[in-house]
Amino acid sequence: MDGRRKFFFCSALVKSQMARERPKKITPKEETVQIVSRGLLHRRSLTLAAGMAALFVVAGCSKKAAPPPPPPPITNNGPAPTATITATPGVINAGGTVILSWRTTDASDVSIDGIGAVPSAGTRTVQPTESTNYHLVAKGSGGSTDATARVTVNAAPAPVSNLSESDVTDSTFHQNVKDVFFDYDSYDIRADAQSTISSDANFLNQHPTLKVVIGGYCDERGSTEYNLALGENRANAAKQGLVTAGVSPDRLRTVSYGKEKQFCTEHDESCWQLNRRAQFSMDK
Amino acid sequence: MNGKCLKLSAFLKISIGINLLILSVPSTLYAQDWVRTGTNLGVQKVRLAAANFKAGSTDSQTTPLKTVFDTTLFNDLKNAGVFDMVSKSMAPPQTPGGPQEINLSAWATAPSSAEMVAFGSLSVGDGRVTVQGFLFDTKNTQTPQILGKQYADAASEENTRRIAHHFADEIILRLGGGLNGICETRIYFVSNRTGNKEIWAMDYDGQDQHAVTHLGSISISPRVSPDNSRVAFSSLGKDGWSIRMYSLELGRLVNFTSPRGTTLSPAWTSDGGKLAFSSSETGDNEIYTTDASGGGLHRVTAFRGPDVSPVWNPKSNSQIAWVSGRSGLPQIYIMDSDGANVQRMTDGGYATSPSWSPNGQFLAFAWDRKYGPGAPGGQDIYIMDIASKRWIQLTHEAGANDFPSWSPDGRHIVFQRAQDGRTEIWSMLADGTGQQQLTHEGWNAMPNWSWK
Repeated sequence: MDGRRKFFFCSALVKSQMARERPKKITPKEETVQIVSRGLLHRRSLTLAAGMAALFVVAGCSKKAAPPPPPPPITNNGPAPTATITATPGVINAGGTVILSWRTTDASDVSIDGIGAVPSAGTRTVQPTESTNYHLVAKGSGGSTDATARVTVNAAPAPVSNLSESDVTDSTFHQNVKDVFFDYDSYDIRADAQSTISSDANFLNQHPTLKVVIGGYCDERGSTEYNLALGENRANAAKQGLVTAGVSPDRLRTVSYGKEKQFCTEHDESCWQLNRRAQFSMDK
Repeated sequence: MNGKCLKLSAFLKISIGINLLILSVPSTLYAQDWVRTGTNLGVQKVRLAAANFKAGSTDSQTTPLKTVFDTTLFNDLKNAGVFDMVSKSMAPPQTPGGPQEINLSAWATAPSSAEMVAFGSLSVGDGRVTVQGFLFDTKNTQTPQILGKQYADAASEENTRRIAHHFADEIILRLGGGLNGICETRIYFVSNRTGNKEIWAMDYDGQDQHAVTHLGSISISPRVSPDNSRVAFSSLGKDGWSIRMYSLELGRLVNFTSPRGTTLSPAWTSDGGKLAFSSSETGDNEIYTTDASGGGLHRVTAFRGPDVSPVWNPKSNSQIAWVSGRSGLPQIYIMDSDGANVQRMTDGGYATSPSWSPNGQFLAFAWDRKYGPGAPGGQDIYIMDIASKRWIQLTHEAGANDFPSWSPDGRHIVFQRAQDGRTEIWSMLADGTGQQQLTHEGWNAMPNWSWK
């Protein structure tokens, strides 16, 4: 592990030594800064002009009104930002979690109402208690734009213990037994996944005759055979989590799908995250 | 390791001017002698001409079959990697049909300047195609004949191609350092052309592509047995992945006892007696070996992390190379087949899909040396000299390349390349030159070159 880090460190060092084009790369950044400050100046002088025009109007009331200030020139400060945000799933029951994933371009300042400033692209797991509009605002040198994803939260489900096994449908199962997500090239159970597994195990322990298939999935990157082994490790890690939480291993079966069955097919991190998971289904 | 890095960076700082020189080296690297020698490509290239054959009959099938024959023979000899071929435009305007008709000096002089000439005649009659083929040494005017062969078979394109392959292999055997040619070998691969990932087969040059399995599931990782009688592969069933065995002789699945759990990536010993594969009976994929029907299951590795994609050293059948994630990202390792003497071969990045060269000297594998979240990631084919761990990159800046597989003569490598949204099968010489695309339809991956 340590050797690997050293290796990366080493290649980074070499890279930086070899990056003779670096000054060139910085230039566009500086330009942006200049454009922004010029834009600011421009806005200030516009305000000033408007104020003086108003003064003129007030002072020379009998005189012909001063011509209206020219319309602000269209300033082309850079490409207009774009933004998309999605919430998966779009409908949950109270207590459930939703994965927000968003992506922006040409934005320097991205925020989501109720969450605050966020990176220009990413994913986040949220647990809204009521129906919520996740409103994302992306600001950049070319203006600002926004995007909204709505999550509908249904009222708390009937206490699960009231559900008999025969009443558990695929959809109630999935509402109560959530998928577990993994980091890149990893099958360690994350902290957020640990709480998911606890509530999954809670439901399964209340329905002791339900049998479960755990599917292990990977993102599209990497090699087919290795990803199938990694998917098996993910499914098995989720299984061990449930067993530790009291679910009998006899009720649990694992199948690896590697990268053979992609749930999300975009080529970006938000999609890759959705694919790196252990998914629970009823074993019929 | 750190010290080395610092030294290296200091060196680079001092000699920025030399950097340019260093950067320009990769284009010539593939010509390194140790690669050419180890891959049997280092032999002196014989200047060889393949004359268009003479039509020996007026049957209407003669011309189309002669075209197939001439094209196949020329391409086979060109693909061999050991000839300096006389292009057809430089050849004398003659189609000698037999020893009496050839004017050797016309072939020996410029512009063809051939040291050797392959020529002959092709005729069709009574539904049969007959080929007479000769190989002459232009320098030896007394007894120029090296080879004289006659072939006959039912007249069809496929048979004509086979005759050309056979004649080409005879020439390669005589002039290419005594190694058997590969013109009659086949490549097994995975294709989704029927709507499902099935096992397919084709000739080494991409001709005659057809589905082998029709299971309607996902079947991957085909590995043909050394005697060409069976294909082992991995297939997804109701209970997950298992090794399945298809008999090419019987045209159906035959029995193989696959362990429970995710069981993947079978690999034959070169004597066909044993298989190695990866199985997750313990919940964590490990390398196992069995006999050819799945009996005598024996676990070889025991370490946390995925262990997958084993291959045997075909020279000794006493070592296994495989991919392990025991130290983080997947790396190539080798060990004795009883699990002793584990040795890590790659020093970082993301390394997968080893293939052991027929002479036991090299590993070919896929490597992304700068793999990581956010890294642009060029996954390329490399070969490594096992004894010295020196490696060389064979593919450059052309898509994501994976699953290399050696040809039996050790001169060629077939691999998959994903580029511009397509995944296709390519072959190349083992020094990275002569890359050519073999499939053009659907998604095609995981090629495996037959043993003979």
